[in-house]
Amino acid sequence: MAMVGKNCVAIACDKRFGVQALTLGMDFDKIFPVNDKLMIGLAGLATDVETLHEKFRFKVNMYKLNEDREITPKTFAHLVSSTLYEKRFGPYFVDPVVAGLNPDGTPFICSTDLIGCINFAKDFVVAGTASSMMYGMCESLWEPDLEPESLFETISQAMLNAVDRDASSGWGILVHVITPEKIISRTLRARMD
Amino acid sequence: MPANLEKGGFSFENHTRNIQLEQRGHKPPKATSTGTTIVGLIYKDGIVLGADTRATEGPIVADKNCEKIHYLAPNMYCCGAGTAADTEFSTNLISSKLELHRLQTGRQARVVTAMTMLKQMLFKYQGHIGAALVLGGYDLNGPQLYTIAPHGSTDKLPYVTMGSGSLAAMAIFENGWKKDMEKEQAIKLVQDAIEAGIFNDLGSGSNVDVTVITKDGVEYLRNYGKPNERGQKENSYKYPKGTTKILTSKVRDLVVVEDMDLS
Amino acid sequence: MEHAFSPYTDNGGTTVAIAGKDFVVVGGDTRQSEGYNINSRYAPKVFALSNGSVLATGGMYADAVTLVKTLGMRLEWYQFQHDKDMSSPALAQMLSTILYGKRFFPYYVWNTLGGLDENGEGAVFSYDPVGNFQKYKYGCGGSASHLIQPFLDNQIGRKHLDTQIDYTIEQVKKIMMDAFTSATERDIYTGDNLEIFIITKDGVTKELHPLKRD
Repeated sequence: MAMVGKNCVAIACDKRFGVQALTLGMDFDKIFPVNDKLMIGLAGLATDVETLHEKFRFKVNMYKLNEDREITPKTFAHLVSSTLYEKRFGPYFVDPVVAGLNPDGTPFICSTDLIGCINFAKDFVVAGTASSMMYGMCESLWEPDLEPESLFETISQAMLNAVDRDASSGWGILVHVITPEKIISRTLRARMD
Repeated sequence: MPANLEKGGFSFENHTRNIQLEQRGHKPPKATSTGTTIVGLIYKDGIVLGADTRATEGPIVADKNCEKIHYLAPNMYCCGAGTAADTEFSTNLISSKLELHRLQTGRQARVVTAMTMLKQMLFKYQGHIGAALVLGGYDLNGPQLYTIAPHGSTDKLPYVTMGSGSLAAMAIFENGWKKDMEKEQAIKLVQDAIEAGIFNDLGSGSNVDVTVITKDGVEYLRNYGKPNERGQKENSYKYPKGTTKILTSKVRDLVVVEDMDLS
Repeated sequence: MEHAFSPYTDNGGTTVAIAGKDFVVVGGDTRQSEGYNINSRYAPKVFALSNGSVLATGGMYADAVTLVKTLGMRLEWYQFQHDKDMSSPALAQMLSTILYGKRFFPYYVWNTLGGLDENGEGAVFSYDPVGNFQKYKYGCGGSASHLIQPFLDNQIGRKHLDTQIDYTIEQVKKIMMDAFTSATERDIYTGDNLEIFIITKDGVTKELHPLKRD
């Protein structure tokens, strides 16, 4: 899940790793840094999460070498989108969320579906098994121009209460807040069942 | 790997694996589709295209304000319904091809050319690319309007509707369409048709996008009608600082302060 | 392939019930839909019963109406036999029995019953289609229940918060209206109007609020 605040963005994920009902691990982070001001969250099949993470890392590094500059959030979103659409008829089972700050400091978030249809949003995006619960939470809690600390509380509460109503999410939550000056990363106290 | 990057076209790498996964009861995430009402009509001086802005993921609204009127060429636009990624990528692909075609021939691309490219591509994929399109444009043969179904069949008509809201929209067209309408009249009719879809079809919703194409150019009227603004909430649900219990906290400073030798 | 007849349809819609100290607020949207079509923009799915309880239904509308008719009849019989209204907890148990009576051809209805219990305190009873039920302080059912339930956990159940609040009727109404406007934004089956019933010891009152119609 990702949310926009005032000159900042937040991105959060749960830490469960499991095969359907069987929980196998509880320290599986699904958010990966792309560069200093950009992150991608990948919900879905764990093997694809790791394959894609490596693929994006490779492509972003190639971009950096070719262009001699950092990739912008918008360009990265399109990179994700075309990578996924290439596999239109044998897709990766993932639901990506991108969050970061544009070069001019304005917030950027988007999500795509498993075949790369981009959803640019001005407020929030959600992905994964608890998506309907997260939609309900975000739609009620989110408001414009939240300061970093307020944004942290809002995304944390939205996430905590949403995953508690989803059997295949949970086991701890990780939240990142990206501001122009710093990245705040926190793990939350959550139900461990 | 670099060689892999150069290659175009679809990759079927994961196809067999996904069939096996599905047989073992692993369900794939849902793709975004656009339930959609899209329409187009010919009036006196050109074409008016219209679309709603709701994208759905099953019964849930995934995007409340998406763009469904896609750019093809300076004289051509295309509304897309169906699998959202497919409409986006097929219109983009054809748009690139049209631009190359224009450069190659040194002439403005024709609407029939775009239509033929789209239908040949969709037919080649036998309906697996789920794009239902309304194509409108103005070229040396005047204003032209086509619908293209996912399997590649096309229609050339003076007023068309597509998507889940097509019946609601067509009811408005059948009732109100006349030959050689004025621009204002035509836009109003398109807006009414889209609104019929927005309110009476659950797959369509939010705002009205309109595009007018004439001999002289294109007017892209994004969010021309906004009949569904969200009202003020009763409460604010801001939490006081420190509400959420934190286990660990890490801060990474992006601004590096260095000591400088000022002597 | 011939399409087989199915005795069930889902008419969508969402209901919420929230109990307070000496009151219950029960709400439901009034849209009735089938597939991508709207059958009616005002088809109430929350019913005030003769004993001062309110039943909110979701799922198949025809089954819901039939069920409410049966309940109305049983409440009337009870009144004639005992010369008093049935209590809410008694009605809650009876509803479960009626639902389980159709265990192998169930009413396709998710019920939420609101009423005052034997101590005059607000109570909400939530059911599955075959009569399993439990007493809660708040509950919701229907197509947007996934969206609203975590919000109620947070705001009414005060989950992950450290303050408990005894809400007034006005406060509960506001939270319910926000829950429904939010659900209307994201659930295509919820919309048109929100009908709210307020149950106190003095009786039941009803309010209608507009929701988005797209």
